Amino acid sequence: MKDFFAKLVAIFIGIYTNLRSMVMVASHTFRKRDTIQYPEVKPYVPPRYRGRIVLTRDPDGEERCVACNLCAAACPVGCISLQKAEQDDGRWYPEFFRINFSRCIFCGLCEEACPTNAIQLTPDFELGEYRRQDLVYEKEHLLISGTGKYPDYNFYRIAGLSIAGKPKGAAKNEAKPVDVKSLLP
Amino acid sequence: MAIIHVDGKQYEVDGGDNLLHACLSLGLDIPYFCWHPELGSVGACRQCAVKAYRDANDKQGRIVMSCMTPSTDGTYISIGDEESKAFRASVVEWLMTNHPHDCPVCEEGGHCHLQDMTVMTGHATRRYRFTKRTHQNQYLGPFINHEMNRCISCYRCTRYYKDYAGGTDLGVYGTASNVYFGRETDGILESEFSGNLTEVCPTGVFTDKTHGDRYNRKWDMQFAPSICQGCAVGCNTSPGERYGEIRRIENRYNGAVNHYFLCDRGRFGYGFVNRKDRPRQPLVKRDGSFVALPPDEAVLHAANLLKSAKRVIGIGSPRASLEANFALRTLVGAENFFDGHSAAEGKLVQKAAKILSEGHVRIPSLRVIEQADAAFVLGEDVTNTAPRIALALRQTARGRQTTLARDKHIAEWQAAALADIGQHEKNPLYVASVDATRIDDIAAQTYRAAPEDIARLGFAVAHAIDATAPAVSGLDEASTALVKTIADGLLAADKPLVVSGTGTGLESVIDAAANVVRALQAKGKHVELSLVVPEVNSMGLALMQAAGLDQALEALKSGAADAVVVVENDLYRRAGKALVDAALKNAKVVVADHQMTDTAQQAEVVLSAASFAEGDGTVVNNEGRAQRYFQVYDATYYDPKVTIREAWYWLNDLRAQYSNVASEWKHFDDVSIACEQALPQLNGMVKAAPNAQFRMHGLKVAREPHRYSGRTAMRANISVHEPRASQDADTALAFSMEGHHGTEAGDRPSALIPFAWAPGWNSPQSWNKFQDEVGGHLRGGDAGVRLFEPQAHAAVKTYFDAIPAAFTAKAGEWRTVNLHHIFGGEELSARAAPVAERAPKPYVGLNPADADSLGIGANMLIDVALAGSAVRLPLRLLPTLPRGTVGLPLGVEGMAYAEAGATIKLSRVNAA
Repeated sequence: MKDFFAKLVAIFIGIYTNLRSMVMVASHTFRKRDTIQYPEVKPYVPPRYRGRIVLTRDPDGEERCVACNLCAAACPVGCISLQKAEQDDGRWYPEFFRINFSRCIFCGLCEEACPTNAIQLTPDFELGEYRRQDLVYEKEHLLISGTGKYPDYNFYRIAGLSIAGKPKGAAKNEAKPVDVKSLLP
Repeated sequence: MAIIHVDGKQYEVDGGDNLLHACLSLGLDIPYFCWHPELGSVGACRQCAVKAYRDANDKQGRIVMSCMTPSTDGTYISIGDEESKAFRASVVEWLMTNHPHDCPVCEEGGHCHLQDMTVMTGHATRRYRFTKRTHQNQYLGPFINHEMNRCISCYRCTRYYKDYAGGTDLGVYGTASNVYFGRETDGILESEFSGNLTEVCPTGVFTDKTHGDRYNRKWDMQFAPSICQGCAVGCNTSPGERYGEIRRIENRYNGAVNHYFLCDRGRFGYGFVNRKDRPRQPLVKRDGSFVALPPDEAVLHAANLLKSAKRVIGIGSPRASLEANFALRTLVGAENFFDGHSAAEGKLVQKAAKILSEGHVRIPSLRVIEQADAAFVLGEDVTNTAPRIALALRQTARGRQTTLARDKHIAEWQAAALADIGQHEKNPLYVASVDATRIDDIAAQTYRAAPEDIARLGFAVAHAIDATAPAVSGLDEASTALVKTIADGLLAADKPLVVSGTGTGLESVIDAAANVVRALQAKGKHVELSLVVPEVNSMGLALMQAAGLDQALEALKSGAADAVVVVENDLYRRAGKALVDAALKNAKVVVADHQMTDTAQQAEVVLSAASFAEGDGTVVNNEGRAQRYFQVYDATYYDPKVTIREAWYWLNDLRAQYSNVASEWKHFDDVSIACEQALPQLNGMVKAAPNAQFRMHGLKVAREPHRYSGRTAMRANISVHEPRASQDADTALAFSMEGHHGTEAGDRPSALIPFAWAPGWNSPQSWNKFQDEVGGHLRGGDAGVRLFEPQAHAAVKTYFDAIPAAFTAKAGEWRTVNLHHIFGGEELSARAAPVAERAPKPYVGLNPADADSLGIGANMLIDVALAGSAVRLPLRLLPTLPRGTVGLPLGVEGMAYAEAGATIKLSRVNAA
């Protein structure tokens, strides 16, 4: 007899939990959706999200990258390679700048290492390609026209290297060049 | 010996050194700027402060500059003491107040002593809120870049340039915090050793301009232990490669040879490796122009060419390795193998090799040259033929300071005190040369005369020292007095030195030098003889004892031989154009070279041989030291079409095809061992460096620094699918950042140190960590093996007695003399653009009085009849050139081959 009642209770509990689940599932029909219809609907990505890497320009529209090689040195997978060249006025720039995105792990160490705020990671994560070779980005693919996250910074206004339009002594916190023939202190 | 106590630990040191030197030698890190092992201490930068205590019980202590404090017995110091740490931190903070925030655009960044020391002292943030002083830069020539803002006023540059290298055109200007290091006006730095400023300067004021255009950080370069190809001294270098180009030559420390310094030819003359016109694939001539063929086909073609000939001869080269020359010798047979020097030069080099290899004389390394206390330079213009010896001779002269200081019990590292004591006192240096030389300023006596008279002076000095040496008759009064001065000077010295060589082109000059040495030996003197030979492997080639080039050319011309294999040699630099043309005209010519020379242009097949950067090889320097250079990079990695192989490899393949034998040598060690076995006079060459089986803790030695970047991107433009890293079956070095990097005691053989780096030490100062004592020798011995050492009591009693007749000027006839040029005089470095910029244009040099007699003035054109052909060259007036001689710049681009000692006619060009 005892067994019979125990079975009856179990059956009722089983029916109840099934019904409860069905009601709960059905209730989601009226709730706010957790998924979005990607790619038709784009997700929100925070501005500091670490996606596709770009090279930015300074406020004057010149290339910010000075080809110092620090990004390449910081890169844990060695996917950045570049070559320094020099303009006539002494400004350094990369002759080529290559990122192999098939290797990139989007760690952002290159951005952290960059002394001129040139290399920046953007919220664009859509890098899928059918051919791996297409994941090799050269400078023309990387260089954008804007300043990115740091609208005001211009490395050459601070650094002591003279370039066209900024002679010695014209950088921030610099005194006029010394007249070595003067003996005044 | 002395016991010093550092931070509570006891160390045994050589009590003669200063504390900084002693601590660095013990492996303890003290930051420093103005001190340098070769320049001594001046205590200018205050960076090496440590706390010194009176005794074990003294708890107070006082701050002293470790570079100015002797490491006497019972010294108690603390490096880690808080007060001295704070002191050092504030010193570097002061030094950095004006530093221009430009490390990202500074060529020194990444191997900068200032960066290293700033990190070591812990300075990170600029607190100084006022303006930075700035300076204008100067143009200093094609080699050195100037960026004065980065200066920290340590004075190392002027101390090196003026005191050590004897330069006069770099100085310090201004006052107080405005001091300026530069020239009086813009202009090319005159010293031939200016390149060392890039390594002496602890920051980026002086940087390598030749590297600037295609710059990359030190950590991004692939290095290999190498040997400079610029002259016969065989300085050790570390060439750095990136993207398939040699980017920079750094000094590689060798305590016996070049230690910290190179000459500008060696440092900046690497551009020939990167030339676009190099043969990078084997070329076969079809219808008058070259087409590239796959290696097997090219070798087969060359083999068929040789098979169709009745006699094949081979011409070796003094700029090719022993292995390349030996492979050629094996291919054609010893009797068909010829010396690659010009016929006249070959005789002289063989003479020099004979004198040195017989074991009767002591042969100095550069370090020993520096320690001599009197030197007699007989005929050789060392600044231009073996530049690094000239820098060593300056230290010979300067050594007087040390002697004087020792008498007054002043330590030799007290640089300022030494200069004060020494004033203008110098060890005597006697310079006999054809024309004025760049070391005349330190010479006690100079003598300028035609080579015959130089030889006579040498013979006379030998006679004056030892009367049994043959006497010279007919010397004038002035010469006789000079002979006595030189003989007395050499006899008064403890360690006299004689320097001579093949530069004058006259054999009796070498005889005379040997006589002087033998005379001094007869008087029981500890004398050294340094003979300069022309090229990097001249000595090695001479030891192979091949017949002269004249015989080879004669055989080809007469038809006795109808095919010739030329290895890394341009015959047009070795003999007159008419003769070479006639010899090559009917011969089948196969050339293995890494440059598209005039000879290669004449070839049917050009095999794309490796330069020092793409291949391994052993070369023998002028002191008989066999040294190994290693492949720096694999050119095929960046361009699969490139087929560059060592000459021995090509010749081995060629021999297999030509003689229908199995390929005998698979690896570099095979040919090296075969060479040593076949030529007993080269016994020891295999030991110049460890073989390919050598491993450190099971690892190969890494060619790349561990921070090497861009490995997965550098050739991604070719293919994103990365190939396996290049393998090196020939050596114990790996084309990788993976491998042994350590600097621990006795760890890595010094012949296998590709670049200088130690944890915390990225600049060339990191050599500290590889040395048994700072500025001493490398741990485990310096690289290279001396093939001949003097035997005890082996001095010969006989003298050379072929004394030439005095030179007399004859009307209308001119004796040709060689004028050597550090820039442009050597074939390979002259192909580098920055060196070519410094090279002279072709000219003839005449004494102004002789020019007057011809009725011509400076820069006017003059007709010169050279080796059968007439050339028209501008005149350069050389006031110190002996009358009756005509100076011809040896080996300069555009100069026809000219033999020294020939008699030629000159005539003025009449204006049409």
